[in-house]
Amino acid sequence: MDTEILARIQFAFTIAFHYIYPPLSIGIGLLMVFFESIYIRTKKEQYHILAKFWTKIFALTFGIGVVTGIVMEFEFGTNWATYSRYVGDVFGSALAAEGIFAFALESGFLGVLLFGWNRVKPWVHLVSTIGVFLGSMFSAIWIVVANSWQQTPAGYHIVGEGLNARAEITDFWAMVFNPSSVERIIHVWLGAFLAGAFLILSVHAYYILKGRYVAISKKAFKITLVVATITSLAQLVAGHASADGVAKNQPAKLAALEGHFEKEAPADLYLFGWVDKESQEVSGLAIPGGLSFLIDQDFETPVTGLNAFPEDERPSQINAVFQFYHLMIAIGMFLIALSLYACYLLWRKELFNKRWLLWVFVFTALLPQIANQVGWFAAEMGRQPWVVYGLLRTDEAFSQAVSANQILFSLILFMAVYSLLFVLFVYLLNKKIKHGPYEEAQDDDDNRPLTKEISQAVTG
Amino acid sequence: METFLGIDYPTLWFLVVGGLFSGYAILDGFDFGAGAWHLFFKKEQSRRIALNAVGPVWDGNEVWLVIGGGALFAGFPVMYATLFSSLYVPFMLFLVFIIFRAIAIEFRGKEAMLWWRRLWDVCYSVSSIMLAFLLGVVMGNVLQGIAIGPDYQYAGAGFFELLNPYALMTGITTLSLFMAHGAIYLLLKTEGRLFAKLTYLLKKGMIFFMVSFAITSLYTLLYIPHLSDDFKSNPWLFAIPVLTFMSIANVPRLASKRNYKMAFLFSSLTVSLLMVLVAVELYPNLLFSTLDPEYSLDIYEAASSDKSLGIMLLFVLIGGPLVLGYTFFVYRTFRGKVQLDDHSY
Repeated sequence: MDTEILARIQFAFTIAFHYIYPPLSIGIGLLMVFFESIYIRTKKEQYHILAKFWTKIFALTFGIGVVTGIVMEFEFGTNWATYSRYVGDVFGSALAAEGIFAFALESGFLGVLLFGWNRVKPWVHLVSTIGVFLGSMFSAIWIVVANSWQQTPAGYHIVGEGLNARAEITDFWAMVFNPSSVERIIHVWLGAFLAGAFLILSVHAYYILKGRYVAISKKAFKITLVVATITSLAQLVAGHASADGVAKNQPAKLAALEGHFEKEAPADLYLFGWVDKESQEVSGLAIPGGLSFLIDQDFETPVTGLNAFPEDERPSQINAVFQFYHLMIAIGMFLIALSLYACYLLWRKELFNKRWLLWVFVFTALLPQIANQVGWFAAEMGRQPWVVYGLLRTDEAFSQAVSANQILFSLILFMAVYSLLFVLFVYLLNKKIKHGPYEEAQDDDDNRPLTKEISQAVTG
Repeated sequence: METFLGIDYPTLWFLVVGGLFSGYAILDGFDFGAGAWHLFFKKEQSRRIALNAVGPVWDGNEVWLVIGGGALFAGFPVMYATLFSSLYVPFMLFLVFIIFRAIAIEFRGKEAMLWWRRLWDVCYSVSSIMLAFLLGVVMGNVLQGIAIGPDYQYAGAGFFELLNPYALMTGITTLSLFMAHGAIYLLLKTEGRLFAKLTYLLKKGMIFFMVSFAITSLYTLLYIPHLSDDFKSNPWLFAIPVLTFMSIANVPRLASKRNYKMAFLFSSLTVSLLMVLVAVELYPNLLFSTLDPEYSLDIYEAASSDKSLGIMLLFVLIGGPLVLGYTFFVYRTFRGKVQLDDHSY
């Protein structure tokens, strides 16, 4: 295999793994803020316990997010040197803003969030929780701004030629508010809220089914269900806005997402299907003119198809892009249906008797994760063959100085060490869930017997 | 070219990056150093205490790496791209070890079997040693220069060329520096027999560091002329190595007086003075080409545009006080002796 494809596989693998964790941190963070705020308003201990319990799981996802995030940052330089030279000037300010305004905020307040429960006043602790949560939201802003700039570049000019060409910033705010950033930030935030909310629903559904911590779990389930329902409905709006943006700014990508080949014709909207690139046909279930209607509220509006672009300026993996995109939408629809149905049952006071539905919730934790992953795959593969849309091609962006063997070597190492990391994550998550929200049962915490000795050692 | 207080933007950003990397070296330096000593402690009890001494801080220390790396990418993208792609294998090994070390720290205490703990002890210690060593190897290559050809492309023979004698020596020197630094940190956090053992190990560590530092310095003066040029033209710069030597000499003096707080302060000062030394030796270059000085990279070639640097410097001006403010708040919250409660590690 050649350097380009190996570099892409390595990036895809490490970013996909990384992207399990930050959305969970953001989503759990939101619910932590809710639980803790309710505790402070009502002074009911149960919400305090919920806030503390989810903070522990937050600490786990946050930690793995940080170590796998260092890898992503380094890979820009190691594997994508030409890209880094090209975009550094534009990304520089976005990255600096993330470091100073977001990352420092998160990691600064994290200490108080995790270890400060008994040290600061409750409202000070809440401020810290909100600080960490806002920090993670800000992080998402700058990362998505940088990625959106790759999709729809703005506020720059090109300086130099050939390998030395690069984009330099001319207008910071135009770069930040490039045509796709706002709708994509909202889309990513909501995806993160869904990932966190459905994990929380899953764990508490499990507790209710097992007859453990039932009272507290019902409370948590109700609050989180409201968040999940609102978020999944909002995601429909945000997703539509995002697709509208793609139609306007990246027509080749939209055509790939929807499997639309003809240059200028009304386009159908496939609910599902299979794209044959050779024969340029999609077999599946479609609403005739549906895509035209979604874009222009008119079934007859022509939509630019893939054939309007030269072969080397459109994505090559059209079926994959199509499938990823449609899977994401299908999951989004399912989450709406599931949460609305659960709300209906909650209103009828039947929700917690429907064991099969609670079991569905237990496994649904995986779905927002899958949707987040395939959504990004569709977004990134749909942008191909460009790494910066219309400016820099992926096959020109990787490090010339690095050989295929070196990447193969590092890829194997990453697969080994990430497998271990994933085992660790599942093990620790399982342990924390088994342990439950209450502190008293904490006798299996390894550090406890040593506490006194360490305390002497450390303070001595 | 834009200036602020009479200093041009690339130079200012050079100072920002230098400051961040110094902070990183001081902080992750002591926890890599503490990890490097780990197998010298024989008792299970000692190992757990030593591990828990870095337990609450190691991941916070690594945040400095993320921010320092980001600052280098943002301000000197050409340097970032060239350095990281040229030193591909060392950087990849660094990443793998840093994750592996985190796994070892987390996994170790989860099972009580002796073989399980021994296994993760070895992983933890070896990865700490390798991380310190690899940082030194990168530093050695940056100081000595690497085979950069036209268009900032690496044109050397790869990994084994990067493990040249000078880089190996700076690797060992960095390891010894961090080990001495880490031993002092552990002395602040331990007592009893472990403490006594550490006073003995610190002596060994200091000797190890002084010998390797002396060899590296001599090699630098004799064989790497481009590093000492600045000193020959500006003799007053010799104040920096003199200060560094004084700071180094102060560490064993304070340690023998059992004033470990001050010793740690001076050990930290030594780390940052060594970084200042590196910065002075390099400036205004960032990466020297061993093939042809034409291909060398200085801060002006490597920097982002003044427009971009100006925005970032503004962020530092606005964000810096904010960061200091809530850092102060956090340290105030946790001031005084360590108190362990249910939320401790």
